[in-house]
Amino acid sequence: MTSAYLKIDHVEKTFQRGSATTNVLKDVSLVIDKGEYVSIIGHSGCGKSTLLNIVAGLTPVTEGAVLLEGKEVNAPGPERAVVFQNHSLLPWLSVYDNVALAVNKVFGRTKSKTERHDWIMHNLDLVQMGHAKDKRPSEISGGMKQRVGIARGLAMEPKILLLDEPFGALDALTRAHLQDSIMQIHATLGNTMIMITHDVDEAVLLSDRIVMMTNGPSARIGEVLDVRLERPRKRLELVSDRTYIAAREAVLKFLYERHRFVEAA
Amino acid sequence: MNAPIDHGRDGMGQPALKDAGAGAKVVALPAAAAVVALPRATGKPLSETLAPLAKSVLVTVLPPLVTIALILLFWQIAASGPQSSLPPPSKIWEEARDLITEPFYWAGSQDIGLGWRILVSLQRVAIGFSLAAIVGVLLGALVGQSVWAMRGLDPVFQVLRTVPPLAWLPLSLAAFRDSQPSAIFVIFITAIWPVIINTAVGIRNIPQDYRNVAQVLRLNQVEFFFKIMVPSAAPYIFTGLRIGVGLSWLAIVAAEMLTGGVGIGFFIWDAWNSSRLSDIIVALVYIGVVGFVLDRLVAFIGAIVTRGTAAQ
Repeated sequence: MTSAYLKIDHVEKTFQRGSATTNVLKDVSLVIDKGEYVSIIGHSGCGKSTLLNIVAGLTPVTEGAVLLEGKEVNAPGPERAVVFQNHSLLPWLSVYDNVALAVNKVFGRTKSKTERHDWIMHNLDLVQMGHAKDKRPSEISGGMKQRVGIARGLAMEPKILLLDEPFGALDALTRAHLQDSIMQIHATLGNTMIMITHDVDEAVLLSDRIVMMTNGPSARIGEVLDVRLERPRKRLELVSDRTYIAAREAVLKFLYERHRFVEAA
Repeated sequence: MNAPIDHGRDGMGQPALKDAGAGAKVVALPAAAAVVALPRATGKPLSETLAPLAKSVLVTVLPPLVTIALILLFWQIAASGPQSSLPPPSKIWEEARDLITEPFYWAGSQDIGLGWRILVSLQRVAIGFSLAAIVGVLLGALVGQSVWAMRGLDPVFQVLRTVPPLAWLPLSLAAFRDSQPSAIFVIFITAIWPVIINTAVGIRNIPQDYRNVAQVLRLNQVEFFFKIMVPSAAPYIFTGLRIGVGLSWLAIVAAEMLTGGVGIGFFIWDAWNSSRLSDIIVALVYIGVVGFVLDRLVAFIGAIVTRGTAAQ
């Protein structure tokens, strides 16, 4: 069992507010291999963001543990970089400086100044944002901000890149663009990635495995679906692909038949 | 006399708006003509680029000038009677002309221009206010960041900040035994409260996202302070600094009245003791103008520093 790259081991999370206790996650276990792209899907409020925050170390577990390469993680760190849903770029820094903040912190000791500069530009070019390096976040579009957020995450050279609904706030066309970019980056760098999403097509298109969560409170992993599609995947060709359609159907059935979102809950 | 009064009315309310709209049209027409003529003329004539500038200067400068003229006129009429206890503007001009026209003359240690006195007062404000800014931001950061520091310190701050500046003066005179540091201490203790309180609010309002970024990057306390806290809370900090500089300018005049020396405050007190009312009025104008400039200066620095922070 020590061979697992990332191991989420019987994680349980309870939030306490005053006298009220809410059990958000119940007995969640998952093993993720190196280089795998795993999506976590579920209705809103099912605790998928909480699970990601636990892996990131931003939220402590109530019980259980998260192990990365056999070592327990209980604090945030750059080896588990997060791409936040609302990009979270620092508005007073330029695009370049936002990435530089991460690079200088992570590689301040190991890389020289020119190496760091090249590394920053390399990552900005990877998401096609090199041309806007001197712009401030307020001067670029939502999709571009998210690209910079991804560049910042990648620039930390993380063992695992955690994406928290990275394309949730974007329009459909921009989203498709960024999904292609992410697929390309994943193919080139072979990063291990965990992505939160509520978009079925996105999950099927991008993932090796889709983790479907039941509704909260006390959300569990309901089902894990292997997406056996060849890479590189082409959006247009997949539309009529049998495996793709089957995978899509399985996720939809899970979400809308067996675990319908109950408003009252 | 008719013309300025008319302009005065234009300065406020509806008529001015209409006027501006009509004015813009007049400017816009030749500009449109220039666009048509562009293939021939490469650069716009100087008069055309200067016209909007001159107009904007006129629009911002003229109304206050008219207001001042009206006030002076009213004052002149009201204070001209033989029984008037205050001097009219014309008498002030006669009596205190040297103070108005020569702010930087030097004729002995107590007979110096108001400019020098203002500079002495400004120097005290600069020292006291800088100390207040540094200590205030640090204390504000502590109170904003730590719940326990807030619980412990906030009630104390809330009580102390209501103490009027001059109430500190006897204590500080007793402690420092010298008027110069006492005056500076009064500035410090006056300006520090708004800085502390605003900084604390700004830091409490740092979005969780930025804190998450800092945590993922494992920024240490010092890095977090300079790279996240200060820039993120800068708009709040500068609001505090702006209130603080205004308060210190209020306090220095009062403090100098009591401590003596060469400041502008003591000048007023001295003038009152020798019944030079005209000099007092001139000094008031100086104080007002400098206070205004100080306020705008801090606001200007704030606008530069917080560029980008406010707009997201």
